Amino acid sequence: MKGKKVGMVSVGLTKFMRRAKETPKELAYYSAKMALDNAGITRKDVDGVIIGSAPDAFDGVHQKHEYLTDGSGGFNLPTMRGYVGGGTGVFSPIQGWYSVASGMNDVVLITTEEKMSTIQPSAQAGFLTIFDNMIERNLGPNLVWIFALEMKRYMEKHGIPKEHIASVSVKNKGNALDHPSAMLGQKLTIEQVMNSEVLADPVHLLDISPVADGAVSFVMMSEDKIKEFGIPLDQVAWVDGVGWNVDTTIWTNRDLYYPKYVEKAAKQAYNMAGQKDHSPETLRKWLSFAEPYDPFNYKELHHLEGLQLFGKGEAPRAAFEGVTARDSDFPVTPSGGLLGVGNPIAAAAGMKAAEVYLQLTGQAGKRQIPKDVTRGLAQAWGDLMQVGTVLVMKGGQVQ
Amino acid sequence: MELRGTKLSNDEFLNKVLSVTYYPELDYAWATGVAITKFLNGLKEGVIYGTKCNECSRVVCPPRMFCEECHTPMNEYVELPQTGIINTFSLAYIRTDATRRDKAEIPAVIDIDGTTISPSGFLHLINEDTPHDKVKVNAKVKAVWKSPEERKGDITDIKYFDIMED
Ligand SMILES: [Zn+2]
Repeated sequence: MKGKKVGMVSVGLTKFMRRAKETPKELAYYSAKMALDNAGITRKDVDGVIIGSAPDAFDGVHQKHEYLTDGSGGFNLPTMRGYVGGGTGVFSPIQGWYSVASGMNDVVLITTEEKMSTIQPSAQAGFLTIFDNMIERNLGPNLVWIFALEMKRYMEKHGIPKEHIASVSVKNKGNALDHPSAMLGQKLTIEQVMNSEVLADPVHLLDISPVADGAVSFVMMSEDKIKEFGIPLDQVAWVDGVGWNVDTTIWTNRDLYYPKYVEKAAKQAYNMAGQKDHSPETLRKWLSFAEPYDPFNYKELHHLEGLQLFGKGEAPRAAFEGVTARDSDFPVTPSGGLLGVGNPIAAAAGMKAAEVYLQLTGQAGKRQIPKDVTRGLAQAWGDLMQVGTVLVMKGGQVQ
Repeated sequence: MELRGTKLSNDEFLNKVLSVTYYPELDYAWATGVAITKFLNGLKEGVIYGTKCNECSRVVCPPRMFCEECHTPMNEYVELPQTGIINTFSLAYIRTDATRRDKAEIPAVIDIDGTTISPSGFLHLINEDTPHDKVKVNAKVKAVWKSPEERKGDITDIKYFDIMED
């Protein structure tokens, strides 16, 4: 690991909701304040602020970093916004890491926020602005098309039965019943997922995560500051490795069945953590659990393969057979994920990074994985469909 | 700790709380650049262009004015066949604005013949009157054009792709 040792010492979350009464700033204030309170510090202790939020088109307010500054606690401080679409929520704590690891800041407050309910009548029209503007938009695409095309290619390449993919919706929406932020925790059967409305075959309604409003914040600090504030190590998760990677935007010139950019981001993070053996069996022992990005059920599986946690085409069967259940060998998305907790874009991936912290520090409540957890991974995906961001953290007592 | 956030139902949002509305009118006109202008002018003439990189020898579609791999100029335009295969597709019942249609549109990635990497092509539509059991990954397709008078240098100058019978 390069640079100064950096720990995450607290998180703050709002509820995730289809429509929040609060403004984006107010949501950011809720989660930022909660993260500060949970760390036992105030805004006066903060050296730098990082804001993560996805397309401005949803808000109709341009330059959201500026708009969100007050709520995120960032005025009169070195404040920056990183933005890699859906990958943002994991990228923001990565930015927190390098701003502390570099020695620039000692204490950073990071907020990921999204309010998708403002755009009328639905967020879909806002998504259109991320498509190629010369040769795609005039075909009248919908964001779901992209996922359907990728899911179809993935299924076709490996001969994956839809039931195996549907099992991820059942697992994640079930896990979300235990998450206090969740908007869509529910007990479902594979049949219910399979029989839900077809939006763009093979994508059905229950394959998709719900658009949402919400915010998630973190406090990250240098090791010296953690000692100075007297924060106990069982409240700390150390950053072990980070990686990110972006593939070409000419997405019709890539084979969508496999996310190479996730592989590259993951290997960067594993190597940084000193983990040079990237075989799935080794990595599933080295990591206690994973929170891969699951805006659609197949994406969790697609990402598990990109992350090298399962071989190509092998994740769907493993999920169907229960290997990735919260009480099983290799828990995946114990939080309930975007599918169950909700998908306020940047905040959704922020929630996944927060889950890694909460699990490693034993604060996950009813969601706590029933085994020793020493190391976890959060991953997000975004831009139009070609960025991967990976964060690996380990428990405060883990060497 | 109690999590905060005030949920509003649709009815509350529309009828019971204040909201300020705004209908932006933003018109854009994008210059289509060097390579896509060549591509779109080609469509107007009923031709599908790709480009060849003189460094890595890849022939790709849509054309670009630089090779994203070699980061060197890509200025040899190649006329490609009007055929290809379906790399992947969907039967889509949802429009851009999330409203539903009864009959599926069939968006697909068309892997254009004559390119040297796979896939290499573009997003387009398969004829929506095609029986769904004929639409398959790897099915051979050919471009169906609008009439020359209707074509204007746009991706929609190709009406759709039709499945080729063996
Ligand atoms: Zn080249």
